[in-house]
Amino acid sequence: MAQDGKALFQSDCASCHNPIKVVTGPALKGVTSRVPDQKLLHAWIRNNAAVLASGNAYFNNLFVQYSKTPMNTFPTLTDAEIDAILKYVETYPEPGTQKGPEGPESATKESDNSLLYGILTMILAVIMLVLLQVNANLKKLTDDKSGIPAHEPIPFYRNKAYLTVLGLVLFVLGGYYLVQGAIGLGRQQNYQPEQPIFFSHKVHPGNNQISCLYCHGGAWDSKMAGVPSLNVCMNCHAAINDYKGEALFHADGKEVDGTAEIQKLYSYTGYDPKSNKYTEPGKQIEWVKIHNLPDHVYFNHSQHIRAGKVQCQTCHGSITQMNEVKQFAELSMGWCINCHRTTKINFPDSAGNGNKFYSIYERFNHNLVTGTMDSVTVENIGGTECQKCHY
Amino acid sequence: MSEKKYWKNFGELNLTESYIKDSENEFREDLPMESSLEARGILDAKTPRRDFLKYLGFSTAAATLAASCEMPVRHIVPYINRPENIVPGVADYYATTFTSGGDAVSIVAKVRDGRPIKLEGNELSPVTHGGTSAQVQASILDLYDTARLRYPVQMVGGVPQEVTSFEAFDKLVMDSITASGQNGITVLLTPTLTSVTTKQVIADALSKFQGSRHVQYDADSYSGMLLANEASYGKRVIPAYHFDQAKVIVSLGADFLGTWLAPIEFARQYAVGRKIDEKSPAMNRHYQFESFSSLTGANADERFTHKPSESGAVALALLAAVGGNVIAPALPEKLKAGVQAAAKDLMANKGKALVVSGSNNVQIQIIINAINEALGSNGATITWDATNLTRQGIDGDFAALVNDMNQGNVKTLLIYDVNPVYNSPDSKKFISGLAKVKTAVSFSGRLDETTELCKYILPSPHFLERWGDAEPRTGHISTMQPVIAPLFLTRPFEDMLLILSGSKITYDDYFKQYWTNKLGGYDGYEKALQDGVIEHEPATAAISTASTPYIITAGNVVAAATAISVKAGGQYELVLYQQVGMGIGAQANNPWLLELPDPITRASWDNYAMVSPNFIKEQYGIDLNNRNQSDKFESHPEREVIRIKSGGKELTIPVMPVPGMPEGVFAIALGYGRQSADPKNTETFIGRAAAGAGKNVFPFASYNGSTVEWVATDVSFEKTSEAYKIAQTQVHSSYEGRTSVIKEMSLADFIKEPDEILEDRKKELAKFGGIEGFDKEGTLYPHYDTPGIHWGMSIDLNSCVGCGACTIACIAENNVPIVGKNEVLRYHDMHWLRIDRYFTGNLDDPNSIQTVFQPMLCQHCDNAPCENVCPVAATNHSTEGLNQMAYNRCIGTRYCANNCPFKVRRFNWEDYTGADSFPNNQDENGVGKLNEAVLMMNDDLPRMVLNPDVTVRSRGVMEKCSFCVQRLQDGKLKAKKDGRVLSDEDIKTACQQACPTQAIVFGNVNNSKSAVVKTRQENEHRLYHVLEELHVLPNITYFAKVRNPESEAKEKV
Repeated sequence: MAQDGKALFQSDCASCHNPIKVVTGPALKGVTSRVPDQKLLHAWIRNNAAVLASGNAYFNNLFVQYSKTPMNTFPTLTDAEIDAILKYVETYPEPGTQKGPEGPESATKESDNSLLYGILTMILAVIMLVLLQVNANLKKLTDDKSGIPAHEPIPFYRNKAYLTVLGLVLFVLGGYYLVQGAIGLGRQQNYQPEQPIFFSHKVHPGNNQISCLYCHGGAWDSKMAGVPSLNVCMNCHAAINDYKGEALFHADGKEVDGTAEIQKLYSYTGYDPKSNKYTEPGKQIEWVKIHNLPDHVYFNHSQHIRAGKVQCQTCHGSITQMNEVKQFAELSMGWCINCHRTTKINFPDSAGNGNKFYSIYERFNHNLVTGTMDSVTVENIGGTECQKCHY
Repeated sequence: MSEKKYWKNFGELNLTESYIKDSENEFREDLPMESSLEARGILDAKTPRRDFLKYLGFSTAAATLAASCEMPVRHIVPYINRPENIVPGVADYYATTFTSGGDAVSIVAKVRDGRPIKLEGNELSPVTHGGTSAQVQASILDLYDTARLRYPVQMVGGVPQEVTSFEAFDKLVMDSITASGQNGITVLLTPTLTSVTTKQVIADALSKFQGSRHVQYDADSYSGMLLANEASYGKRVIPAYHFDQAKVIVSLGADFLGTWLAPIEFARQYAVGRKIDEKSPAMNRHYQFESFSSLTGANADERFTHKPSESGAVALALLAAVGGNVIAPALPEKLKAGVQAAAKDLMANKGKALVVSGSNNVQIQIIINAINEALGSNGATITWDATNLTRQGIDGDFAALVNDMNQGNVKTLLIYDVNPVYNSPDSKKFISGLAKVKTAVSFSGRLDETTELCKYILPSPHFLERWGDAEPRTGHISTMQPVIAPLFLTRPFEDMLLILSGSKITYDDYFKQYWTNKLGGYDGYEKALQDGVIEHEPATAAISTASTPYIITAGNVVAAATAISVKAGGQYELVLYQQVGMGIGAQANNPWLLELPDPITRASWDNYAMVSPNFIKEQYGIDLNNRNQSDKFESHPEREVIRIKSGGKELTIPVMPVPGMPEGVFAIALGYGRQSADPKNTETFIGRAAAGAGKNVFPFASYNGSTVEWVATDVSFEKTSEAYKIAQTQVHSSYEGRTSVIKEMSLADFIKEPDEILEDRKKELAKFGGIEGFDKEGTLYPHYDTPGIHWGMSIDLNSCVGCGACTIACIAENNVPIVGKNEVLRYHDMHWLRIDRYFTGNLDDPNSIQTVFQPMLCQHCDNAPCENVCPVAATNHSTEGLNQMAYNRCIGTRYCANNCPFKVRRFNWEDYTGADSFPNNQDENGVGKLNEAVLMMNDDLPRMVLNPDVTVRSRGVMEKCSFCVQRLQDGKLKAKKDGRVLSDEDIKTACQQACPTQAIVFGNVNNSKSAVVKTRQENEHRLYHVLEELHVLPNITYFAKVRNPESEAKEKV
C-alpha cells in the first residue's frame, strides 16, 4: 500500500524540518546519501536517543551542531512509512526550480459592467426626459395652432408625474440599501486588521507547510481553535531568528522586514537569541480577533474538524495565500445554514465505514438501502434547528 | 386511587373568587401603559398619537445607534506558556471537597478556562454516591461573593485597615501575643474539624502553649447525642445510620432528609426503601412525630404533631410501648394512638427498625438509645465501627470557654469559621468575654459579626482555593485541591498555627508531605487527589459491633425518664428549625439560597413564624376554610406581624399560616437576620444580599447547663399593627382545577389494584386511539418523526424528597438569574425547575395534612401549545423532541407562557442580568426597584460563575428549561468524535446529577436499552403524564407517589 510521504512528513516532521532548509533540525534532502546505512537511518528516526546512546559519531556531532535540541521519537512508524517520507524528501524540488505548489493565483477579476449599465440607464433617462419635453413643447405648439387655450406650462420639477416616479425610485433604492445595511450590521466580511506582529500565514502553513493544527490545536479538541501560546512559536523560532524568504508586503504595499518581526516575538517572550536564554519575563500579545460570532451563537471547531471532517479552508478561505489574515466568509446565519443543508454526513454504510454514532438513525439507513435517499445531510439529522447553535 | 383533593394554597382549597380571577390572567399585573390611559381614551391620553410617533422615531434612531454600525475591536490574548492539559474552551474536572462547618461532601468541580463554574457530586464517594444538596450546589457562588475579605486587616476603631503582607500580619500578631505577657491561655475556636492534617497541625501548635486548648463549637450542635452516647455506650461518638436497612423508620423531630446530620447520605438511603419494584411492591414505613411542618414530615407515611414540650414524653411513651421499663406519660389521645401504632410496627420489625430524634437534649437521646437497643437496631440499622465525625462540638466546652474569657483567663483567642456572636444563644456574654481577650485573631473569610470584633483578621481561602482533607466518616477521607488560584490575599489558617508552633513549612507542603508518606509515595498521593476519596482502615478504635455487647446503664435511662417527665409547656411554644437552603446561615449572602423557596411554605428571602391556620382564625378572625375570608387574606402578600417574647427576649416577626402546624406552636427558621454591630455596615461587611433578609432567632435558643435547646416552651406574643410582605412563590400560576397533576395511592391500594392508573389512562384515551395510538389519533396535526434521538425524562415522585438541590443545580448550570424579593413579590421568579408542593387533608387537623412534592420543569411536549402561538417561531420543536427556545428571536409577546398548561415559561421582565445593550436599563423608577441582591449578582466577580456555553438572557425575552441542551450537545459530540453510539453515561442533566435520591432519569427514548426506557417499563403501572388528556404529549413522565400509611394497610390487607 502506497504511503503518503507528504502527509506523513507534514504531520510528523514539518514542525522541525524542511526538505531544503535548515529549520530547528537540518535540511533533509540528501539525507539518504549522507547516511547510506538505511537501517541506521530508520533506527535514528524511530528512536534517536538510542542511536545517540550507542555513540554513533555522525549523529552525536549532528546533535551538538543543532544545540542539543532533542528530536521526538516515532516508534510507531513502519519501514514503509519511513521510506515514503524519505522518498518525498528526496524528490522535493530544488529551490529555484520550484514552482509554487499552487502557482500564482490567477487573478480572474470578474469584469464588472454595472458602471456601464448605469451610464447607459442615465443616458436613456436623459433622452427620455428630453423627448418628453420635446413632446410637451410640440403639443403646446399644435395646441396654439389649433387655438386650444394653453395651460401655463408646468416646469418638470413641479410635474406630479415626474415627482411620483422620482419618489418611487428613491423609496425603492433607499429601502433596498437600508435593509441591506441593517442585515449587514455586525458583519465584517473581508475584515483585515493590522496585527501586533506581521505573522504571515503564507509563510508558515503556506511555504513551510506547517499543519494548521500544530498551532491551532484547540480546533481538534475544543470549541475554540485558539491562538497558539508563545511557547508554541518558540518551538521553532528559538532556532529560526531571521527571515530569508520572499519579500513580504503589507496590504497597503509597504514592505515588511521579516527578521524584525521575529525580533518582536523575542521581545514579547523575553528571549535573547544570542545566549539562547529567556532573559526577561514574557509579555502577552494582544492579537486582534478577526472572526467574531455574536454571544448567542455556539460554534464548536472540534465538531466541524473532527466529527464533520471539514477542511479549515472551507470557512477560512485560502489561508495559505494570506500574508495578513482576512475574514473570508460572511459568517452569517444564512451562510451557515446553506452549508448545513448541502453537507453530507459520514453516514455508516454496510461495509462498516463511516461514523458509528449515526447508526441510530435507522430510518435513514433504510432509506439509503431502498434508494429513497441518496445521502444524509447535516440538515437531515437536525442540523438546521435553532438549538443546535443557539442555547 | 384516593380521591383526595390537592391544593397548593388556601385559594385553591376553597376555590375563592380572586383565585378564579387570577387563574384567568396569566400575568397578574396591569401593564403600566394602561394606567396612563385610564378612562380617557387613547386620544386624550398622556401619550397621544403624535407623541407616540415622536417616540417611535426617536427609539428607532436610538436603537440604530445602540446597535451601532461600528464593530468593537476585540482581542485574543493567548498564554505565554500554556500549562499542559489546559485547552481553552474545554472544561476540566477536579475532585475536591465541599466543607462548611463540620460538613464535608465529596464533589467534582467543573473548571472552564481556570474558573470553577459548577459543582457536581463525586460518584466515587461511598458516603454520598454523587449526591449533593442545595447548599453544596450554591457554594460555588460563595467563592465569587463580593463581600469576601480581600486582604488581611487590622480593626482600628471598628474600621478594617489593610495589612499589606502576610509577614506584616504575622509580626503584628506575634508582637501582640508577646506584649500580653505570660498570664492566660491560648484557645483555638473552630467548628468541628474533620481534617486529619489540620488536627495534627493544631495538636503540634497547641503543645507549644501551656494550658492551651482547642474548642469545637457547632452552631447546630449535636452535643445531646454525643453525650447521650457517652452515657449509654461509653463513647462520645455519633454512629452511622442505615436508613436503607430499615423497614420502619420513626423520626422524633429529626429532619433527616433536609437538615439533620448528613441529609445527602440519608436521603439516598431513605430512597432505597421508597423505590418500588412493581413485581413485588414493598417499601419502608416512615412515622414522623414533630412540632412543625418539616421537609421530612412532608415525606412521612404517618405524621403526628405535638408541642415541643411533649417531645420527651413522646420518646418515653415510645420506649414504654416497645417494652422499656419506664412509665408512659400521659399524652393526647391521637398522639398516644400514633405512638402505639409506631411501636407495634417497630416491634414487628426488630432488627429492621430505626428510631432517630432531632432533639439536642441528652435525656431524650438516652431514651432513644434505649429504644434502639430494645429494637435491636445496633449492628443493623445503626453501626458503630465507622462513626460520623461531622459534629463533635460539645456545648459545655464552649460555655466553659465563654466563662474563661469573661474571667480574663484567655490571653489569645484564635477563631476560625465560627460566628458565635451571631449564632450562640447568649451572644452578649461572648461579646463581653471577647473584649477581655488580649489578642483575638479571626481567620474567617468575611467580616461576620464575630470577626469584626476581633483585632486581627487574616481571611482564609474558600474551600475551592485550598488544599486539605476531610474525614466525614471514620476511614473515609475526602481530599481537597485548589481549582482556582486564590482570588484574594488569603492564607489557610493552618499556616498561622504552623508559624506559632515554630515550623518553617506551609500547610500546603505539610499536606503534601503527610499524604505522600501515608499513601506510599507520590503516585498514591496523586491518585488520591484524582479520585478525591481515600479509603483506609479506621485509625481510632471504634466500638466493635461484633464482640462487645452494648452496655446500656439502666440507671441512666431511669434518671433520664425522671428528668423528662417533669417538663411542661406553656400555652404557646416556639421551635427553631433549619431550612434546607439557609441552614444556620453560613451562606447567608448567597442569593441563590435566599431565593430558593422553602419546600413547605414556598416563601423566599425571609423567615417568619409558621403558625397553624387556626391561629389566624383565633387571632385575626380569618377562617382559611371560609371562601371569602381566605380570599381576602391570601390575595395580598402582607402578613400580620406579631411580637414574640420568651425568656426576656423579644422579636417582631410576620406570621405565616401553614397547614400541618400544631396548635399553639410558632416555628421560626434559623440562619436569617444577619447584622453587623453597626447596622450601617451590614451591606459591606456581611453582604448586600444578606442585609435585611429576615430576623435572627438564635437568641431564643437556650443553654440548659449541658446542651443548647432549640425550643422555648413558654412564650407569649402580642399582636402589632404592622404588616410585612412575604415573597411567596406558587401562589400564582394555576392549573385551573385540573386534577391529573398529582397521582398518589397507598401501598395497600397499589398491591390490590396495581393497574388502576394504567386502566384510568386507557379508559381516558380509549376514544382517541388508546395509549399507543393517542399520539397520532388524538390530534388533527400531522405526526412528526424523531429519526435518531428522542430525549425523555422520568421523575419518580416516590424518590423525590423535595430538597431543592436540583433547583440550585439548574440555576448554576443555566445562568438562571436572581430576581430579588421585590420581583418575587410580583410573581416574576425565574426558576426553570421548581418543586411544586401540594397539600391534601383537613386544614383543622394537622395530623391529616399530607404533602406531595413534584419537580416541575418544561415538559418538552411533542405537541407543544407554546409553539403554535409564537408569532415569530422563536420557540419550536427539534427532531430530538426538544422544545427549543431561540432567545435572540424572541420578541416578548409572552403568548407562549400564556398558553403553557404547566406554567414553566419564565419571562425576563427586567434586566436582571445586566446583559442589555442599554446600560441604564436597571433603573426602574416607575415600575419597581430591583433589589441590591440582583445588582450584586451583576458585579464582575459573581458573574465569573456564569456558564460560558449558555447565553445570558436579556430583558424582554422568554426562557425555560432546555433539558440542559449544552450538555446534550456536548455528550453527542463526544460520542461522535469517538465514532460510537451514544450511551447513558455520556449525558446527565444538571438536575439529574444533583439529585441525592436519583429520582430523575434522563436519556434517549428511542434507544430501547437506555435507562429511561427501562425505568418506564419497570414502573409501567405508576407511570403517568401530567395533563395527558390535553394531548400535548409531554416528554417527561412521572411515577405516581405511593405512600405506605399504617392505617390503610390495617384496613385493607
